[in-house]
Amino acid sequence: MKRKIGGVTPLVYVGPAVLFLLVYQVYPALQTIYFSFMDRRSQAFVGLDNYRYVFTSSVMLTAFRNNLLWLIFFTAGTVGLGLLFAILADRVKHESLAKSVIFMPMAISFVGAGVVWKFMYAYKPPGSEQIGLLNQILVVLGFEPKGWLLQSPLNNFALIAVGLWIWTGYCMVILSAAYKAIPKELMEAAQVDGATDLQVFRHITIPEMRPALTMVITTMLVNVLKIFDIIYVMTNGNFGTEVIANRMFKEMFQFANTGRASAIAVVLFLMIIPIMYANIRQKLREG
Amino acid sequence: MNGQRLKRKLPQVVINLVVLIAVLLWFLPTLGLLITSFRPASDVAYTGWWTVLTSPLKFTQYTIENYQAVLSTGGMLTAFRNSFLITIGGTVIPVFLASLAAFGLSKLHFGARGFFYGLIVLMLVVPSQMTFIPVLKLYNMLSLSGTFVGLWLVHTGYGLPFSIFMLHTFFQSLPDELFEAAHIDGASVWTTFVRLAIPLSVPALASLVIFQFLAVWNDLLVALIYLGGHQSVAPLTMRLSSLVGSFGQDWHLLTAAAFISMVVPLIVFFSLQKYFVRGLMGGAVKG
Repeated sequence: MKRKIGGVTPLVYVGPAVLFLLVYQVYPALQTIYFSFMDRRSQAFVGLDNYRYVFTSSVMLTAFRNNLLWLIFFTAGTVGLGLLFAILADRVKHESLAKSVIFMPMAISFVGAGVVWKFMYAYKPPGSEQIGLLNQILVVLGFEPKGWLLQSPLNNFALIAVGLWIWTGYCMVILSAAYKAIPKELMEAAQVDGATDLQVFRHITIPEMRPALTMVITTMLVNVLKIFDIIYVMTNGNFGTEVIANRMFKEMFQFANTGRASAIAVVLFLMIIPIMYANIRQKLREG
Repeated sequence: MNGQRLKRKLPQVVINLVVLIAVLLWFLPTLGLLITSFRPASDVAYTGWWTVLTSPLKFTQYTIENYQAVLSTGGMLTAFRNSFLITIGGTVIPVFLASLAAFGLSKLHFGARGFFYGLIVLMLVVPSQMTFIPVLKLYNMLSLSGTFVGLWLVHTGYGLPFSIFMLHTFFQSLPDELFEAAHIDGASVWTTFVRLAIPLSVPALASLVIFQFLAVWNDLLVALIYLGGHQSVAPLTMRLSSLVGSFGQDWHLLTAAAFISMVVPLIVFFSLQKYFVRGLMGGAVKG
């Protein structure tokens, strides 16, 4: 159908979706930008007050710090472990079983995963029998049990570990597909020439997998910036674990402050733009 | 020479060990949850779940009371029904509208095509946080908050950009000549859509349906925002997260509730893993 289809026909196909996008994305996004310059009830113009709050209040600074921790350790962890498992699983006998187990958390909700890990982290005072596996391991090894979700900054890393448990499988699956697509002759030739595993990895594997790596890294970075469920369920941002998206939720419902919540959303959006740009450019190149 | 050899090749034992440890790390937390959900309250509170592993076949140490409790008084049965209703509408509507739009954008040639496609790609960048406040205001005005219809429409609005993007990539790969030939034979646009485009894209549609199904089933944030506190319409994720607050340390109940929320995704995952993986890869890998 190279010829032009005139009249209303194309609109019948594309129209409903475009209408949805206008109502649920375009118009609300513009209004949120507008609200971010207004007061808590969106009645009076307050200039940059909400943004001043976002960038100077101690709760928001804690949230930014934690998101930065997530940004570094979650991204490095998921992509690094995903890559490691993708390559190692390729060399074991029960590859698909091993990959299924690691990939499984992707299927369940973050709330479910949150409960799974809250139980793993369960704490009983020293002396009484532990019911959380991690503290039991500590006790068996002769250490004191820890309040994993209570002590800052340990709790942030405990939460990040839950994120790793959920998302590593995603990285592994995508990277595994890319790894298997590398021509085997390339690696064999290098090995025949005397290259070590590390050299093959550095000079062949990584460059060949660059598109897939860009994809998973950018996807993980966006996930981190929007991270919400894990924190909401496990600590609700208490004990120094607040993150941007959870704070926005609180401003919206707990404090009913439309202006501040909107400003947080806009800042989140601005941080996501460059990452999504790289992500989509990669997708368009491959697609 | 031997040392040289060791440096070059990672021994198989090490590889097997690393993969085994990873598999255990990913499997044990879920196993602990599952076992705990079948143990009596008195056992759960005082001994670790791993203690049953010494005699796992002693069936008197298991009970289904926890499940009976959370399904009736815990409200998980209602939540289960709600999750189904929300997820079915939240999957069927966006997938249907996305196939129409993706077909229109890739196979019908009209003036504003590039503009609309650009708009959809642009919307991939907008985080849902940017839309919460204005859409909620709109919903409160139209009495759509706290309703299934409201949630279906909002999941449609949020799911469309990715769905259209993915299907568009797939439809692009279908040869234009096929559609031109059908057109010359007198087939209407609708006929080519229903008889040609849809049957040819069953694998892509299956991936998208599974992806969207799991995304909606596992969603917590959207439900929290638009359902308010109405427990009568709350899905499993929302119910479970409020149980985390009210049951606190009642791990026998929390684990049972968590497992109920995970059953459907796990079945979908293990029976349709291939399609799920494709869906996650999105438009990046051709069906």
